[in-house]
Amino acid sequence: MIYQGKKKIWSDYQKEIPDDHWYYVRSCIRQNFFPASEKMFLEICRDVLGKDIYENEHHTTCGGIAYHCDTIPQETAMTIVARQFALMTEAGYKNYVASCITSFGNYSEILETWREFPELETKIREMLWKACRKEFNKPEYLAHSSDLIYKFRNEIAEKARFHLINKDTGEPLRVVEHIGCHYSKMFPSKGVGGAEYPYVLTGMVESWGGNVIDYPERRHCCGYGFRQYHVKANRGYSIANTHKKFESMEPYKPDMIITNCPGCPYFLDRWQYVIAEMEGKTYGQNGYGIPVFTYEEVAGLVLGYDPWDLGLQLHQVAVEPLLDKIGIEYDPASKYLGTNRKDIMRPELPANLKCH
Amino acid sequence: MNVFGFKISPSSAIDMDKVDRARFEELCRVEPDAVRCMACGSCSATCPASAFSGMSIRKVLLMLQRGKEKDAFRMMRNCMLCGKCTMVCPRGINTRHLILSICRIYDDKEGKQ
Repeated sequence: MIYQGKKKIWSDYQKEIPDDHWYYVRSCIRQNFFPASEKMFLEICRDVLGKDIYENEHHTTCGGIAYHCDTIPQETAMTIVARQFALMTEAGYKNYVASCITSFGNYSEILETWREFPELETKIREMLWKACRKEFNKPEYLAHSSDLIYKFRNEIAEKARFHLINKDTGEPLRVVEHIGCHYSKMFPSKGVGGAEYPYVLTGMVESWGGNVIDYPERRHCCGYGFRQYHVKANRGYSIANTHKKFESMEPYKPDMIITNCPGCPYFLDRWQYVIAEMEGKTYGQNGYGIPVFTYEEVAGLVLGYDPWDLGLQLHQVAVEPLLDKIGIEYDPASKYLGTNRKDIMRPELPANLKCH
Repeated sequence: MNVFGFKISPSSAIDMDKVDRARFEELCRVEPDAVRCMACGSCSATCPASAFSGMSIRKVLLMLQRGKEKDAFRMMRNCMLCGKCTMVCPRGINTRHLILSICRIYDDKEGKQ
């Protein structure tokens, strides 16, 4: 597509993102896969950008995984979400920011359903009152946490210690951006840049010095697809999707992948190991894979945080070749030392995918 | 050795650039009705062979358009030429004649399968 055309689409899908005072809800699964990402988001917003972000330990799952796996009906998910909104209302906030893409999609879908069917909202208010004696106001603004990092991308770029540039050649890194399906495929107007060419990650990569690459399967699913993965009999379809994406991006020789969804970085990262074991094929250079990052990890890297404080030792694909390429210093000896330099043990190395 | 308990599912994508449509075009010349089908499925719903053999003339036409000739011909062998599909076709296609033409054109080229 012609770049000017993309710019036109992006300008049509710009949503208003308030500056400050956000109520933050975490993802169910991100802290297991990429443990420092959410902590890093809060640290960047509070300490680096000086914003007011509040989170409450009483919030629960949004019910999105169960809803998309067809194990609970939407009314149940709605009541769970209504309780989250009640917690936000009690805390005195009006702007709601979700860490998870599926949560963001779930909240968008529920708010849109309530707008279309107000009687359903009344029913859910009744159900919430009966269940836990809580009342709620709907959020004035709903955003995904990548929207906030996108909004403050230039402030982060001003404070950046490193840029997404190959230090040896001076060339921008070739970055694949992958947007979670539930970000804007369901409601294009809710995402920055629309559904076909979302700008949220592209904007970050451009601000931080990288070059986004376009490839045929750019908008294809990462392969998670909920029931495709959760039902073991369907996992062949899950990995086939990921395989298709990697086969499509391989000729463009990407240096790294940046994602904004809990499931995508996990599957794009771990399935590279499985593909290597099954087919003996790796997609990076010299037998390595293509490192996959969350946007918070990339923001942390450009701001100069220690890679091991960002939790990069928990990635399956080795990140060291990319750190060397950017020129980020790290201590290989402390890779598997956790908090208080406690030994967190070394994983067994895979047979076909080169790792450290 | 695959220790995962599953494997990468093969792609079902069809590359139309690699499909040889010469025989389908020949069929369309002989039987212009081949492209009048609107895939309503009435023929498949009435077919007495479909319940136990999966026979469907609608699927056969789709497979021929997509170049999956062997699969289409394999399915065609289940047809008993009873002609019920001809009676229910809302587009008035003589499906029985169409089936015979398909057998003639594709059988000659593919050989006995």
